[in-house]
Amino acid sequence: MEPVRSFFDTPSPSRYSGALSWLLTTDHKRIGLMYLFVILFWFVVAMFLGGGMRLELMFRGRTLMGPESYNALFTLHGVIMVFLFIIPGIPAIFGNFFLPIQIGTDDVFFPRLNLLSWYLYIIGGLLALVTLFIGGPPDTGWTFYVPFSVGTQTNVSVAVFAAFVLGMASMLTGINFVTTVHRMRSEAMGWLQMPLFTWSIYATSWVQILATPVVAITLILIILERFLGVGLFDPARGGDPILYQHLFWIYSHPAVYIMILPGMGVISEVITVFARKPIFGYKAMALSSIAIAVVGSLVWAHHMYTSGMSDTAVFVFSLLTFLVAIPSAIKVFSWVATLYKGSILMTPPLFFSLCFIYLFSVGGLTGLVVGAAGADIHVHDTHFVVAHFHFTMFGGTGFAFFAALHHWWPKMFGRMYDFKRAYWAAVLITFGFLLHYIPMFILGLQGMPRRYYDYVAEFEAGNFVAGFGAVFMLVGLLLMLVNLLISLKRGTLAPSDPWGGTTLEWKTLSPPPLHNFVETPDIADYPYDFTDVVRDSSGDGGGV
Amino acid sequence: MKPAMDDRGKRLGMWLFLYTEVMLFGGLFVLYAVYFSMYASDFMAGGKELDRFFGTVNTVILLVSSLAVAASITAVQRNEKRASVVWLTAAILCGALFLINKYFEWSHKIHEGIYPGSDDLIYGEPGRNIFFGLYYIITGLHGIHIVIGMALLGVALLFTIKGRITGDNHVFLENAGLYWHLVDLFWIFIFPLFYLVL
Repeated sequence: MEPVRSFFDTPSPSRYSGALSWLLTTDHKRIGLMYLFVILFWFVVAMFLGGGMRLELMFRGRTLMGPESYNALFTLHGVIMVFLFIIPGIPAIFGNFFLPIQIGTDDVFFPRLNLLSWYLYIIGGLLALVTLFIGGPPDTGWTFYVPFSVGTQTNVSVAVFAAFVLGMASMLTGINFVTTVHRMRSEAMGWLQMPLFTWSIYATSWVQILATPVVAITLILIILERFLGVGLFDPARGGDPILYQHLFWIYSHPAVYIMILPGMGVISEVITVFARKPIFGYKAMALSSIAIAVVGSLVWAHHMYTSGMSDTAVFVFSLLTFLVAIPSAIKVFSWVATLYKGSILMTPPLFFSLCFIYLFSVGGLTGLVVGAAGADIHVHDTHFVVAHFHFTMFGGTGFAFFAALHHWWPKMFGRMYDFKRAYWAAVLITFGFLLHYIPMFILGLQGMPRRYYDYVAEFEAGNFVAGFGAVFMLVGLLLMLVNLLISLKRGTLAPSDPWGGTTLEWKTLSPPPLHNFVETPDIADYPYDFTDVVRDSSGDGGGV
Repeated sequence: MKPAMDDRGKRLGMWLFLYTEVMLFGGLFVLYAVYFSMYASDFMAGGKELDRFFGTVNTVILLVSSLAVAASITAVQRNEKRASVVWLTAAILCGALFLINKYFEWSHKIHEGIYPGSDDLIYGEPGRNIFFGLYYIITGLHGIHIVIGMALLGVALLFTIKGRITGDNHVFLENAGLYWHLVDLFWIFIFPLFYLVL
């Protein structure tokens, strides 16, 4: 029998070859990989921007850059990391590549729309790049708060428009995935037979559809204000600046769940595969994704306790914020319970996932500190918030992203990477992470405000230490990426199921053929039944 | 199931998209609600300055255009290509008529010195400034949607003439029609909020 060719060798549509076979493809796998490399590019750019900020903060006074450059740096770091890395990261790369495979189909429902989303993403990125060179990079922070964003002379309009275009890309991807799950799912697969990664992408897509248009209109209003001066948010002209904050956070708080939910889905997959044990509480896991999506859409004003809104609002939003902790905790406890008495196989993706559980728990618990109306008054707009945010977004989503990279890399490229270097990278990143962000908690409690390029003498030690953490982290991240890229050339060929997974992506070849499956796959009654995996591997003492 | 044959899926995707449009305008309606509660009397005074005759005519025009789109879909389903083309053309012409009316309305107001950032508004009552600011933003965004809707109907018209939209395969026309109805529906809300606010 002729060997089945992978999607790398089978352009789709078949009339194109070379670069065009990628740039004009409608194959969800190729689009996923195109996202992968562009997103990694932006991640590295924003990583160095962040590193530059920390180097500036290592010593008091002006060392590397002045205040204007620092303002531009933290704005671009935020805008790029939020809109170009964290939000699209897991859904656009791994959602695109694996969601159709996990539900046993051959593509997303709207393949051409999928390609359009990629181009919108590219255009948004280019616009963000343009602001660096023309008219002065924006200095507002990624939240674009009025009145400053309307008054400042820098190139806010283009940056805001970039965010608008990126929002369109993310929204269209959401529409595509929801339709795909509803209409393309294998007929044998019921809702409670879907893998948890698919569940989490499905929940995320709903939040993208629900919330993104609100930020879209808010961003349009900023541009209109800058060009026409209507005064909708200007108190001197009858407007209300607090209303801007409400509109902004109605999207941007749900957006943090857009960022974390797919990460949670990844962790659920990785933990259950390497514990060789069905995920603890499958239904609770699936439903808690939806619960987070629903309740998380109703907590936006907890960013605004100090804005002067009514006490009733503060009370209600604080209560709702505490409620989100419940489904999040259900997930954390279920992951730990899955590991309990499992036949654990240690691998780099599992290692990243364990780091995730620890870091995300710290991020979640400190979230309760800032979610409590009283405590928040003390730490509002300090480095405590910066540390909390990075523990959830970087320690959470970032680490889940790295886990996903290592978990699915063999499937996407058909190559195994070097484990030893991957572990070293993971250790370096985690060590640097803790050294970097724990001092920020302390600095924040001491009262160091965020978004200043200089500080008073009391904060010297913490900032100095944090700088070293940043260096360790940068080295670790580069080592991780280089290790993965080397494997493309030198890695050993990956079998179709290197880990002993049970979901459908492990039932096909590595890398998969164009239509994902050689023959129609059987849908298991329950996606996480490891009986066969444990029996098969007990003879040779481990799967790999 | 292959997407090429799955009309239900295509309609589902369109409904999800329409939902995002509702949220887009929803953000503006929230602004309207908040500012109406702050400046109710200014809003009422502002509403009296708008031309109700023009507003009513435009409402009727859009309702007729929605009827035309619905009729064109029925015609396609009965394989009456000629009727469908006529109805679609009528709908697009209604859209154009609406925009022409809007153009005269806007230029009249701008001629009176009422436009965003004008001295009249900025140095007048804050509530009046907000009312007309919202008026221009909301009707402007709605006008852009009318243009997009006309473009979609135009493509549907072209497809119908070329025979790509037929009795068995008319989901594109249906989706374009859904979009057009939604844009009409927005106007049904915008009209009383600005012209009939008392």
